[in-house]
Amino acid sequence: MSELKNIPYYPGCTLNTVAKHFEDSAKESAETLGFTLSELEQWNCCGASYPLSPDNIMGLTGPAKVLFEASKAGESVTTLCSVCYNVLKRTNKTVHDDKEKRETISTFIEADYDGSLEVTHYLEILRDTVGFSKVKESVTRPLKDIKIGAYYGCMLLRPFEDVGIDDHEAPTIIEDLFKALGAKPVDFPNKIECCGAHLAVGGKEGDDVVKQLSTCVMRSAVGSGVELIVTSCPLCQYNLEQSQEKAVKEVSGYNAVPIVYFTQLLGLALGQDEAKLGFEKNVWDARPLLKEREV
Amino acid sequence: MKFKLKNENIASEFVAHIEKITGENAKRCYQCGNCTGGCPVSFKMDHGPCQIIRLMQMGQDEAVQEANSMWVCVGCMQCYSRCPQGVSAANIFEGLRQVVLRKGEDHQEIEDIPMPLLKGAPQQALVCGFRKFVS
Repeated sequence: MSELKNIPYYPGCTLNTVAKHFEDSAKESAETLGFTLSELEQWNCCGASYPLSPDNIMGLTGPAKVLFEASKAGESVTTLCSVCYNVLKRTNKTVHDDKEKRETISTFIEADYDGSLEVTHYLEILRDTVGFSKVKESVTRPLKDIKIGAYYGCMLLRPFEDVGIDDHEAPTIIEDLFKALGAKPVDFPNKIECCGAHLAVGGKEGDDVVKQLSTCVMRSAVGSGVELIVTSCPLCQYNLEQSQEKAVKEVSGYNAVPIVYFTQLLGLALGQDEAKLGFEKNVWDARPLLKEREV
Repeated sequence: MKFKLKNENIASEFVAHIEKITGENAKRCYQCGNCTGGCPVSFKMDHGPCQIIRLMQMGQDEAVQEANSMWVCVGCMQCYSRCPQGVSAANIFEGLRQVVLRKGEDHQEIEDIPMPLLKGAPQQALVCGFRKFVS
């Protein structure tokens, strides 16, 4: 990309608050790579879940309003949070394909939107617009073969015909990015398994499920030789971090590994100031590992 | 489990209602078990996804509604991804939850959520959780 390009960006509820370091590192990295993430002037919560019963049109009005606002800013909208990406992309497809629902939603939100926007994830911008080869050329602090475990979770991948950022059973987009950053991605069996998602607020039973699922993910990664896990979803990040805290207390011999947003390491590799990447906000600090490897 | 199968079970209005609001057809399922095999939370369910669908095929309304399965489903869509017949058990579970929630019956009391969780969890966990558990 020869000239600076503005890309309309939808943060969603969590990126402005508990995952601010996810957003900050992504914005800064974008500038280094020659484009700007421009936050939408008006936006609201996407609802954090796409309504799975098709008669629930109310659940589509929030994301449809976001898409309408985004359509004023350009022809595409980008997200960082996997859940926002999933909800906006699926809603966009529904609005585009289903004329009857489109008319009902338009009447309700008092705005005409036809579903013509392109909904992308930041990872797709890096792969398809910037290109991983350009990212590689921009690296000033290579990640020196640190064994990265790319945790995808559900929302970037499924359902594949609606979302499909990559192959839904064997995705490599995050690994490909980290190869460009000089890391050594390690495949692990549970990288596309669920972390337990919203069951974190589902009482005792939900807490048990989250703990079991996230611990399975962590043990699968650590057992495969992963030294550091990267995520693209604040809820995955939270569940993995909380479960690892429990695993450290309850599983003898379990060695904790850092869990960070992929943009924190992207920013580091692109030469950003380590102190501004929010590593202190992660429960498991990545900086000792980075120092040990002299990154 | 044992159950009686009568003609009126096969013509269950409850099952027809679930199929209507979810757009799914339980009869398409031929019980290969891929959904339950791939489901990350089936270990916690009274009946796994394919068993719930089987019970729907047999019109066993009570067994379907009494099972905790609908509240355990996280909607990760793994079941649908691996279903050779294109049936989404996740959508069916959402329909089952909706039937309860639309009566105004909450599965989760917001006051019962511990304060550290309310303060520490990402907002999206709360928004999504309330959508799934609160009417």
